[in-house]
Amino acid sequence: MELASLLQYLISGLTNGAIYALIALGFVIIYHATTIINFAQGEMVMLGALCAISIYHHYPSLPVAFVGGVVLVTIVGILFERLALRPVRDPNPLTLIIITVGGAVFLKGVAMILWGKEAYSLPSFSGDTPFHLGGATLLPQNLWVMGLTALVLLALESFFRLTLTGKAMRACAYNPRAARLVGISQSRMVLLSFALAAALGAGAGILIAPLTLGVYDMGTMVGLKGFCAAILGGLGSSFGGVLGGLILGVAESLATGLISSGYRDAVAFFILLLVLFIRPQGLIRGGS
Amino acid sequence: MRSRGIAVILVFLMGVLLLAAGCAKGPETEPYVVGGIFSITGPASYLGEPERNTMEMLAASINAAGGIKGHPLKVVIYDDEGDVTKARLHAEKLLTKDGAISIIGPSLTHTSMTVLDITQKAKLPLISCAAGVGITAPADKRQWVFKTAQTDQMAVSRIYQYLQKQGTTKVAILTVSTGFGVSGKGQLISQAPQYGIQVVAQEVFGEKDTDMTPQLTKIRGTDAQVVICWGTGPAPALVAKNMKQLGLTLTLIQSHGAASQKFIELAGDAGEGILLPAGKLAVYTQLPDTDPQKAVCKAYADQYQAKFKKPVSSFGGYAYDALNMLTKVLNQSGKDKEKIRSGLEGIKNYVGVSGVFNMSPEDHNGLTPAAFVMVKIDKGQFKLVD
Amino acid sequence: MNPRQFLNPWVLFGAAVLLTAAALHNDYYLTLINFIGIHTLLVVGLNLLMGYAGQISLGHAAFFGLGAYTSGILTATYGVDPWLAMLAGMLVCGLTAFLIGVPALKLRGYYLAMATLGFGIILYIVFNEAESWTGGPSGLTGIPDLSLFGFKLDTPKRLFLLIWPVLGGIMALSANLVDSRTGRALRALHEGEAAAQSLGVNTSRLKLMIFVWSALYASLAGSLYAHTLNFIAAASFGFMFSIKLVTMVVLGGMASIWGSFLGAAVLTVLPEMLTMFHDYEVIIFGVILMVVMIFLPRGLVRGIMDLWEFRRYKKEGGIIG
Repeated sequence: MELASLLQYLISGLTNGAIYALIALGFVIIYHATTIINFAQGEMVMLGALCAISIYHHYPSLPVAFVGGVVLVTIVGILFERLALRPVRDPNPLTLIIITVGGAVFLKGVAMILWGKEAYSLPSFSGDTPFHLGGATLLPQNLWVMGLTALVLLALESFFRLTLTGKAMRACAYNPRAARLVGISQSRMVLLSFALAAALGAGAGILIAPLTLGVYDMGTMVGLKGFCAAILGGLGSSFGGVLGGLILGVAESLATGLISSGYRDAVAFFILLLVLFIRPQGLIRGGS
Repeated sequence: MRSRGIAVILVFLMGVLLLAAGCAKGPETEPYVVGGIFSITGPASYLGEPERNTMEMLAASINAAGGIKGHPLKVVIYDDEGDVTKARLHAEKLLTKDGAISIIGPSLTHTSMTVLDITQKAKLPLISCAAGVGITAPADKRQWVFKTAQTDQMAVSRIYQYLQKQGTTKVAILTVSTGFGVSGKGQLISQAPQYGIQVVAQEVFGEKDTDMTPQLTKIRGTDAQVVICWGTGPAPALVAKNMKQLGLTLTLIQSHGAASQKFIELAGDAGEGILLPAGKLAVYTQLPDTDPQKAVCKAYADQYQAKFKKPVSSFGGYAYDALNMLTKVLNQSGKDKEKIRSGLEGIKNYVGVSGVFNMSPEDHNGLTPAAFVMVKIDKGQFKLVD
Repeated sequence: MNPRQFLNPWVLFGAAVLLTAAALHNDYYLTLINFIGIHTLLVVGLNLLMGYAGQISLGHAAFFGLGAYTSGILTATYGVDPWLAMLAGMLVCGLTAFLIGVPALKLRGYYLAMATLGFGIILYIVFNEAESWTGGPSGLTGIPDLSLFGFKLDTPKRLFLLIWPVLGGIMALSANLVDSRTGRALRALHEGEAAAQSLGVNTSRLKLMIFVWSALYASLAGSLYAHTLNFIAAASFGFMFSIKLVTMVVLGGMASIWGSFLGAAVLTVLPEMLTMFHDYEVIIFGVILMVVMIFLPRGLVRGIMDLWEFRRYKKEGGIIG
């Protein structure tokens, strides 16, 4: 029984961790290209979930809802970069933090008007019959979340390391001036990174909607945890971000199960402080 | 030089504020002004929105019927977003700027606590729509405060009465970390011995948490016969889903916070068989015709659904009862605040949506556990069981 | 007294406070102004840290809450004298700031932002979960009124007469600090840490000192807040409030004591004015945040001054240097 419980905590932790990881990847991508932290990333998750749910209500096909949600949110991400970040005159971190927080507040408000304050559900991708695994159970949706996270990580890593565009994006973060000198259009890279991050966030939102339901204020906490994960992983590395997410998820789940459920959210931030104070460069050194 | 410029701006701003304050003291207005403070946005919007809707709807129909003693009824409603600072400011505004003769709300226990502090000082009747027992107790310190929401104390008694009948002795509780959950947890623990019930596990979860499998896994390791979940919003539905995922077959009992059609929709298949205490509004069609509340609930539900095209919620019912009782008292005694207070205190056998109210100087809520019925979710519908 | 002296901002400030006390009797406006005062106190402290020392804090609401809860718990639960409790609050806050500041201030930029954010959220969770002390989410009731020389400060007017003179004193103190040797060292620090070090400034000690200093202001503001409301609940000390404080600093203008007042006033009054927009209030707030930051990144006052100067230069055909 004790072992089965432990396994259950692990499964629950890995699923949540994979979600944090997906969101952390969004932070990492934007940071890669711009060294901006986009506090509105969590809202992309929310928008993805709610858009997909709305599409599903009109046209009940999950693949259509998934693609439609991702496309819509990607457009939002592009608009956000063009309208709110491009015109900034004085791009220091503080200004950018406040603008993205303002963007998050704005998007949340719009979602509240469009969808109201109720939660909505989305059916699971492949049913709700749980698998049994050594006394523990897991849903097909858990596997979807973990599997897709792994896939996205692989795709991203190869994009950054193998393609020209990916390398150009990394160059922009490393040294914008030098990147410009060799003919990389920085503004295109920034736009691309926001579009990519928004798409990822939306995908994460749609993936978790069957497990967590979709509601207009779901983005904030999930965004912060994702950010925690990104920092844990050293901000610059996608692999680090995923590792950070998984560590956070498992630690939270174990703390809930073995210590106390009241301080669950504090665990993530406590680990964050510990890592920052002891090893401020993150668990894995940034990719740049 | 620059700081002097700023100082001049500062003094100018103060002047503007003063002028605005001067203008605010207009002539005595004709209508009866009743204030409303609800959490219309923010985390508790599921409470505030139906409350606001109900209050506006009811005021419109009162005015259509000629108002109160020939005076039109004017409702001024503010949104506190669940924030105590805002609630306090709105209460001050209603008191001194809008000239309210009485305030309905706030929606939450903590916002009510901060508002009642000044309405008490100002001797203004306040009818809270929040659940906390501490709002109207101790009675001698809360002379000007009333409330129409059933307290968690009653919901817990109702659940335990039912469990005692079923012969259940061991329960696990899972409560949300908000005022609602904390207060429910306190009642669940303190009342258990009276009914011969033992609380074998106490777990909590956050309002916005989306995965409760760790807590439930922990509960699985105990010998609990029943899980009681105390929460509001989407989280209780997720508890139901997580239990199904874990293959946990224990009976799940939810609080009255889950007594909405929305809960059934969110929980889906996992909702089947869940028991919960609910106000009679949730199952009014199944009540016997002899039940006096049946007609009141039907009238409210029909009017609300016709106007807002949304299912009626028992939270809106709190505002419905509050404004109706207030109107009744105003019709009898006019706008004198002391008369309103004593009028409210003297209400007996008032049949409302949330129960039958019997106010007294010792009890400014006036409801009993009988305000709740036990219902079961059966094929996507609430079914009256006890 | 010559006219120049008469235009001294401090004299004007005092006159404005007295005038307000004499002429304003509406409790709603007085309460609003009291909250503006409390917020200004917080923002002045945060501005010392952000504007002058160049360090960001996204967890300042935690110090505000720590002050409020220390005052609240000591007076309501243990019956300690409110003024003594206020001092205890500052002691607790100062000590916490010191302990957190030592490791945290070694970090820079986003890392420092994240550390303070994490600290803020952890404390918020503690306020929420430690029910037996803090009353948890339902709040802590029964916080007594302050009294001064036998006068109970139980009306908004009386509280106004405490909060605003205290604020005036704190603002004067801060202005002095900024103009002192320490202030010059601070500005050197803001311009560049390495440069400041090379000038013989002990930067880490200086940063820590300002961090503790701003926590003390926040604690004082928290205590005043607790005694103004006579009730506190954890929801007031969350992440969004920290963000709001930072926004007040930036809106008013970094490194400007008077600007702090303006930022606090605008962001306290604005939501009150936006209530008529009901659900759209949040959206408008978000848009304002973004628009101000995009077009007036140096804050309202200086932003408007810049625009004005820009126009004047254009009119006179001058070139902006």
